[in-house]
Amino acid sequence: MRHLLSIADLGGDGIEEVLRLTDNFVEVSARAIPRVPALRGKTVVSLFYEDSTRTRLSFETAAKRLTADTMNFSVSSSSVNKGESLRDTVTTIAAMGVDAIVVRHSSAGVPWQVAKWTDASVINAGDGWHEHPTQALLDCYTIRERRGSLAGLRVAIVGDVKHSRVARSNVLAFSTLGAEVTLVAPPTLLPPSLSGWPVAVSHDLDGVLPKADVVYLLRMQRERQTEALLPSLREYTALYGLTRDRARLLGDDTLVMHPGPMNRGVEIAAEVADLPRAVITRQVANGVAVRMAVLFLMLGSGGDLG
Amino acid sequence: MDAGDLRRAITRIAHEIIEHNQGLDGVVLVGLQTGGVPLAGRLAETLREIEAVDVPVGTIDVAFYRDDIGLRPVLPEAVTDIPFDLTGRAVILVDDVLFTGRTVRAALDALNDYGRPRAVQLAVMIDRGHRELPIRPDYIGKNLPTRRDEMVDVTADGVDVGTMQKKAGA
Repeated sequence: MRHLLSIADLGGDGIEEVLRLTDNFVEVSARAIPRVPALRGKTVVSLFYEDSTRTRLSFETAAKRLTADTMNFSVSSSSVNKGESLRDTVTTIAAMGVDAIVVRHSSAGVPWQVAKWTDASVINAGDGWHEHPTQALLDCYTIRERRGSLAGLRVAIVGDVKHSRVARSNVLAFSTLGAEVTLVAPPTLLPPSLSGWPVAVSHDLDGVLPKADVVYLLRMQRERQTEALLPSLREYTALYGLTRDRARLLGDDTLVMHPGPMNRGVEIAAEVADLPRAVITRQVANGVAVRMAVLFLMLGSGGDLG
Repeated sequence: MDAGDLRRAITRIAHEIIEHNQGLDGVVLVGLQTGGVPLAGRLAETLREIEAVDVPVGTIDVAFYRDDIGLRPVLPEAVTDIPFDLTGRAVILVDDVLFTGRTVRAALDALNDYGRPRAVQLAVMIDRGHRELPIRPDYIGKNLPTRRDEMVDVTADGVDVGTMQKKAGA
C-alpha cells in the first residue's frame, strides 16, 4: 500500500487486511508498554489545514506507538499565513526527509495532489466533503469487534450526509463488506444526486430504527441552520435526533456510533451517548490501532502488500 | 527425524527443563509464531505428565521487532498472546528451527515489553547452524547441519529438509 487516499483504493481485500492487522495493534495498545519498534527511524508528519484534535492526536499517537518520529505542521502557526502555496509547503516538508504525510484539507482532492508532489506515502485524513478513509476503517473494525462481521447487517447513517466525508467513506466501506446501508436525512442534507451510491434513502427515522443493527449518527454543524438548510436545530432534533424515546425503538444488540465531536442534545441525546450500546469511545480507542495498521502497512511491511 | 524421534526429543527436553530449573516453579513457555507454538503446547503437555504441573503457555509474534522491517514483506501471522506477567519468571522461548538467530533476538526485545523475566532460556527442535548473532540454545532436539539454501520443515510427523524454492527472477 503506497498511499491511502480513498476507501475505494483498498477494495474488500485491502480493508480485510487492515482490519486483520489491527487485531495485532489492539493487543499492543493493551500492554503496559504500548509501543513496538516497527517504524524506528521513520518520520510521519501531520499536515492539517483544518482544525482537528482527535484525528491528529490519533495519528500522532499511532506513529509514536510504532516508534516513528512525528512532526506536526499546523497551519495557524506556519508560513501558510505568509502566503506560501500548498505545493511549496509540501515540497519543503518533503525535502526534510519524511516517510509519510497525513493530510487534512477543506478542499476535496488535496491528498491526491500532495501524492503527486512527493515520494512520501500520503494518508488522507479528511478532504472537504469527500473522504475520510481511516475513520471508515475504524468504524468497520468497531462493528466487527461487537458483531463479528458486517455481512448482512443493516446500517442507518443519519444526519448531514451532504457535507459529510465520513458518510462517503463509510458508505463505500460498509457496502464493500456486505452491509446494507440506509441514509436517513432531510432532503436538504442529502447530496443532489445519489446515483451510483449503493444505498437506500429514508426520511422516516422511526421506521428505520427498529430494523437497524447499527445507527451511525453524523455531527450536525450549527452553521447548517444559518445556511437555511434547516428550519431550526430543535426541529432537526425532533425529526432526526436519537432521543431517549427513539432509543427505545432499537433492538437489543443494535449499536449506536458517532464519529465525534458530538453535539449532545442535537443529533444524540446526552443519556443515549452513554448507553452501553453506544460504542463511541471504543471507536476512538480502535482509531489508534487502525492507524497503526495503516502506517505499518505503508512504511513497515516492505513490499507490495495491499 | 520421524514422529517418534520428535516425541522422544520433546520428552528429553522436558526432563532437561525440569532438571535445569530444579522443578517448574516460575517456569513459563512462550512459543514463537508460527512453528514454535505447537511445540510449546506439546512441551507443556509433557511437563504436565511428568510433574503434574500446569505450566502457563503464551505465544509471541515478533514481526514488529524484526531487524529486516522494510527490507522484505513482514506481516504478523497471529496476535501475540501472553496473558500473564513475565516479571520474575523463567521464560522458555520455544521455536522449531534455530537458524540465523535474528528471530530470537527480536523475541528477546519483544519479551522485555511484557515484563522483566528472571531468566530467558531457549528451546529449539532443530539447530541448523549459520548463526549471525551470538545466540545459542539451552535445549536442542537435534543438531542438523544444513546448507544455507536448504529449508527445514518441522511438522507433527517429523522433520524434513528440502531445497528452498527459488522465487521467479530471484
